[in-house]
Amino acid sequence: MSDDENLLEVRGLKVHFPIHKGIIFRRKAGFVRAVDGVDFSVKKGEALGLVGESGCGKSTTAMAVAQLQAATAGSIRFAGEDLGSLSPKDLRRARRHFQIVFQDPYSSLDPRMRAFDIIAEPLRIYARLGIVDADEAEIERRTLSLMERCGLSTSFARRYPHEFSGGQRQRIGIARALSLGPKLIIADEPVSALDVSIQSQILNLLKDLRKDFDLTFLFIAHDLAVIEYFCDRIAVMYLGRVVETASAAELNKNPMHPYTRALLSAVPLPDPEKERSRRRILLKGDVPSPSAERKGCPFRERCPEAMERCAFSAPNLRAVAEGHEVSCFLYGEA
Amino acid sequence: METRALRKNSIALTGLAIVGVYVAAILLSFVWLPFDPVAMDTEHLLEGPSLATGHLFGTDEFGRDILSRIMKGASVSLVISLSATALGAVAGVLMGIWAGYLGGRWDQVLMRVADVLFSFPSLLLAIFVMAILGEKTYNVVFAIGIVYIPQFARVSRGAVLTIKSSEFVRAARSNGASSGFILFRHLLPNILVPLIVQVSLSLSVAILLESSLSFLGLGVQPPYPSWGNMLSAGRKVMVIAPWTAVYPGLAIVFLVLGFNLLGDGLRDILDPRLKNAR
Repeated sequence: MSDDENLLEVRGLKVHFPIHKGIIFRRKAGFVRAVDGVDFSVKKGEALGLVGESGCGKSTTAMAVAQLQAATAGSIRFAGEDLGSLSPKDLRRARRHFQIVFQDPYSSLDPRMRAFDIIAEPLRIYARLGIVDADEAEIERRTLSLMERCGLSTSFARRYPHEFSGGQRQRIGIARALSLGPKLIIADEPVSALDVSIQSQILNLLKDLRKDFDLTFLFIAHDLAVIEYFCDRIAVMYLGRVVETASAAELNKNPMHPYTRALLSAVPLPDPEKERSRRRILLKGDVPSPSAERKGCPFRERCPEAMERCAFSAPNLRAVAEGHEVSCFLYGEA
Repeated sequence: METRALRKNSIALTGLAIVGVYVAAILLSFVWLPFDPVAMDTEHLLEGPSLATGHLFGTDEFGRDILSRIMKGASVSLVISLSATALGAVAGVLMGIWAGYLGGRWDQVLMRVADVLFSFPSLLLAIFVMAILGEKTYNVVFAIGIVYIPQFARVSRGAVLTIKSSEFVRAARSNGASSGFILFRHLLPNILVPLIVQVSLSLSVAILLESSLSFLGLGVQPPYPSWGNMLSAGRKVMVIAPWTAVYPGLAIVFLVLGFNLLGDGLRDILDPRLKNAR
């Protein structure tokens, strides 16, 4: 895996939120370590799935990659460029190459704008900045063809968001994300707010668009079935860290980290025979508070295979097979 | 598009009609008035409304025609109310969305300033400002405008805070939008509903405040008429000549009603979610 193939490379990413105490004399009382040292990379044309339970920092990671949330530490390299070191002007130019599809199709569209204007807005902004060369006629042509491509009738162009269903709204959000011709799409749980019947439609749309527009995906979800369907490679997150990355097939067949195993054993199987016969791994306890000062492996309190050393030092991600990285002492030193 | 929606909205239409009557009366007052509003007429002191004398609303204790004085006073009241609301709204909204959007230290400083202004009863604050600036008609505008700034700042800050964290604001940022663009294209249109309610309320309260100031002798100075000083003068003779107080009072009531109806209707018209509901 050579570095120049990587479209996105995240190293040691940390996002800490200060906790304030006191109303008049505010002081920092500690930090919520939402993201605490995340490493992953996404190759050009690949779809990397980021999976984990609520509160493990997936969405914060996505917002940090999208440069909507300042990182406390670490680097985010996009197409070889360190995004954190760009000037505000250069960052604005770079933004069109990575776009976001948001989770909530209701709050992600401005209720006072018509569908057409929502999708055309990015083009208009960049045309005004002189970065994209398009006049109003060209913007209209591109916007309408995008609407059609995303499965929206162009006769809906003048409607307001409240006149659309959840699935249609998400299509508008997707069309908006595509309007600048981005290289990377950061999809922050794009289907988890939708009905199950609509989920597959939207997933298939994203799959088609990925092929047609040659897109790279950072796909965030908490639903393993969705991730396995859409992604080539999967990174599993726990308490602000990536604990395991592998190709989708490899992870399914050969999960290594105790947390990944527990997670996979919780996915219901369609075959009732198999479902009954398999052993579910039940984790004890809850996810520890991300604001607590911690030493050692973040998973050790709940880990069925915790060893003495896990309490003293934290394991790092380490390659155990081709394209398979685990952060656990069970698989040797790291 | 919007004019058609206005025509369908009977509340807004009623409000518009009432305000329209006042505007027509003001325009008329520039070219023609039944009598000279400041000329005394000792032959006709405190005469009741009558067609025969031509004093439709009667005369006051100096024999001045009340209808003429109401018409003359309307332009003063309306101009003061509109410009004071405009001043308070523009300054207050800028302050509020700035504080709400930037947050942190700016928010703290601006909102504490607003709190200090807010802690005075509005009439007292207006009297205070008038005492500093002097008893001039245009100073009434500043006095009322300053009273309004913290109110508009509060309303717009609160609305901005709820909208600022929406995903569509993040989306705009990731689409390369600048802060100014987000403030004026996304935040301002979305806080319009509470603002319009606040404006229509403020327009009517401004008329009352101006009347109160004039009533207390701080606003428009006699012999020039304003509804407030007419009420104040009428109070003394109200028992023997009720028309001296009733007609200026009714003028205030109807204009306030007109502004409130117009604001109510506009709020419905400007909200796209309610567009087809009516």
